[in-house]
Amino acid sequence: MAAQPRPTLEITALEKRFGETQVLNSIDLKVRNGEMVFVIGPSGSGKSTMLRCCNRLEEPTSGAIHVNGKPMLGITRKELDRMRLRVGMVFQGFFLYPHLSVLKNVTLAQRKALGRPKAEAEARALEMLDKVGLKHKANAMPGELSGGQQQRVAIARALALDPQVMLFDEPTSALDPELVGSVLKVMRDLREGGMTMIVVSHEMQFAREAADRVVFMDGGVIVEEGPPEEIFGNPKSDRLKAFLSRVSGHAA
Amino acid sequence: MENFIDAFFNIDIMRQATPLLLRGAWVTLQLCAVVIVLGLSGGLALSLLASSKNALLRLPAFFFIDIFRAIPPLILLILIYAGLPFVGVRVSPFIAVCIAFLLNNSAYFAEIFRSGIKSVGRGQTEAARATGLSPAQTQAYVVLPQAIRNVLPDILSNVVEIVKLTSIASVVSLSELLYSANMARAVTYNSSPLVMAAGLYLLVLWPLVRVISRFQRGLSITS
Amino acid sequence: MDFFDAFLNPEIIATYLPALVRAVWVTVWISVLVVISGLALGALLAGLRAYQKRWLTLPIVLFADLMRALPPLVLMLILFFGLPSVGIILSDWFVLYLILTLVLAAFVEEIFWATMTSLSRGQWEAGQATGLSFLQVLVHVIFPQALRMDIPQLVNRSLTISKMTAYGSVIGVKEIVSVAGSAQAFSGSATPLTMAALAYLIIFFPAMLLSRYIENRFHYEH
Ligand SMILES: Nc1ncnc2c1ncn2[C@@H]1O[C@H](COP(=O)(O)OP(=O)(O)OP(=O)(O)O)[C@@H](O)[C@H]1O
Ligand SMILES: [Mg+2]
Repeated sequence: MAAQPRPTLEITALEKRFGETQVLNSIDLKVRNGEMVFVIGPSGSGKSTMLRCCNRLEEPTSGAIHVNGKPMLGITRKELDRMRLRVGMVFQGFFLYPHLSVLKNVTLAQRKALGRPKAEAEARALEMLDKVGLKHKANAMPGELSGGQQQRVAIARALALDPQVMLFDEPTSALDPELVGSVLKVMRDLREGGMTMIVVSHEMQFAREAADRVVFMDGGVIVEEGPPEEIFGNPKSDRLKAFLSRVSGHAA
Repeated sequence: MENFIDAFFNIDIMRQATPLLLRGAWVTLQLCAVVIVLGLSGGLALSLLASSKNALLRLPAFFFIDIFRAIPPLILLILIYAGLPFVGVRVSPFIAVCIAFLLNNSAYFAEIFRSGIKSVGRGQTEAARATGLSPAQTQAYVVLPQAIRNVLPDILSNVVEIVKLTSIASVVSLSELLYSANMARAVTYNSSPLVMAAGLYLLVLWPLVRVISRFQRGLSITS
Repeated sequence: MDFFDAFLNPEIIATYLPALVRAVWVTVWISVLVVISGLALGALLAGLRAYQKRWLTLPIVLFADLMRALPPLVLMLILFFGLPSVGIILSDWFVLYLILTLVLAAFVEEIFWATMTSLSRGQWEAGQATGLSFLQVLVHVIFPQALRMDIPQLVNRSLTISKMTAYGSVIGVKEIVSVAGSAQAFSGSATPLTMAALAYLIIFFPAMLLSRYIENRFHYEH
């Protein structure tokens, strides 16, 4: 096809201020269907804020966000709740509901927000838990799981709602090193399954291998973006060079 | 509306009742001072017994605490004030209130101190004993100071409860604040003195209640 | 025995037992009603406060402060003696029920609210990010967790307030203290008062043990 298909997620001229401080400054980002976009950048550069604006956990100061052409901003509370179903989010801190079993964690929003019948929600939940390798833990409580397992349940919880795009905010940063791999594997499977994703992470090796595109943010703006070979192999801006040498310095 | 103001906020009647109510407030203050000190001391002693490793000390302490938390202070007070004369012991209303409050408040304070003591880790006791402090010194210098700090909000809210509770002394005709206000109400056929008494309680207790709310929120965020 | 004659006279016990049993029922019923409506109202207020609208928060905080700072006995006397002069007549038991419910609701609201604000923001965000509405997050995510953490406090506060049904005697509710009080006046013996104290022990001593059990259980779980 000659015509550009509509991007799955489209961020246009996004601005965010907390009082006087400008945290995001004219951010433009288009994520195509099935694309995995990696966002890197120093601490405080606004990566989390950008992700959180995408499902309005943070209220943008101005700009526009569209998911498959439908606006996230300027809609009613009720419409927003529906739109959020299209945008899955995975947090650094997992935030499973500690009072509910793994299965109930995954079925709650399916039943209450999507209105799926119980049997269907549970079947879907088990399917998703199977996908993240935790079907056998369906009846466990979150407190009985390791951090890596909890994060995979959190991913299943988001996936079960059939989102059109998934946002990951440092999904492995709170994990012990030996547990990181299991979560990255799930994310790689997702990518192969064609899921559209934005990932904020410090796992540079994973970015090299799996990302379609890498976005470098600093000081609330997108400084540079391109395929991983370009960004890591041939950085153009001084800020990115400095950042990469700092990061690899830490890794060495 | 006028009717309402006349019934509850009648300035003339409030003015007339002021000297009586101030005398009542003074009695309430004295009463509070005595019963709070009594309750704190009794509670501290009981909590040490209840935290003891020796079951012969611990179980009776628990029994005492649960009994006096189960009996409403009002019936306790009436039993002491109206019952003791039957065995030939006559006590003044003030003394009766002090005894009833000692029994009741000690039980409540003991529970608070006890949970405070429980909240101080075992390691603290062991560390103190390892540095050669005696068991009593360990309690006095290491455990109790931390325990009390940990339950300061609970102590404060119990103090508020006790101040409010002193109003039951009116039932045995101790001329504290509520008794005086109710007297004034009966004489004037108007509830404004009661509203005024409520205002005096608020004057003292509202700031404390605010502090407690602040406290609870502060604690819950750090923990 | 002088002591037994005065405090545990069998004849007097036999005479007044039926009346006292009836009074125990009154106490128990009013307590149960107060606890149910106080918990419900307190939870409702905490839920409304979560919307963080100033015009809701302000009256709720004011209400909670006043009900916690004022002695319930004072409130009861104001309602009982004051309202008739503006043409509102409430029965004695209703005044008792109403005031104790409001006082319990105030404490419950504060207990819930403190815990709700202490829950990590992530719990709210995880719920909202999965498309649950604010009310759904409140009902399915926040409240169940708060309730679980607050059970010991809620039980303790409910028991304390239930014992305040004794204040009903001051405005003539035929509960334990008032029935025992008039029996004492009639009989000229302290025995009815002892019976009243024992009646409270029978009701509330097991409740105290239960609350101890609950506290331990919830203490060790976390
Ligand atoms: N609620 C808030 N109020 C005020 N300032 C905020 C708030 N949230 C974030 N900020 C500020 O916005 C800036 C960007 O924060 P953000 O969390 O988006 O950074 P980040 O790139 O995700 O950093 P990190 O790698 O540490 O997670 C920071 O300077 C932060 O202090
Ligand atoms: Mg971040």
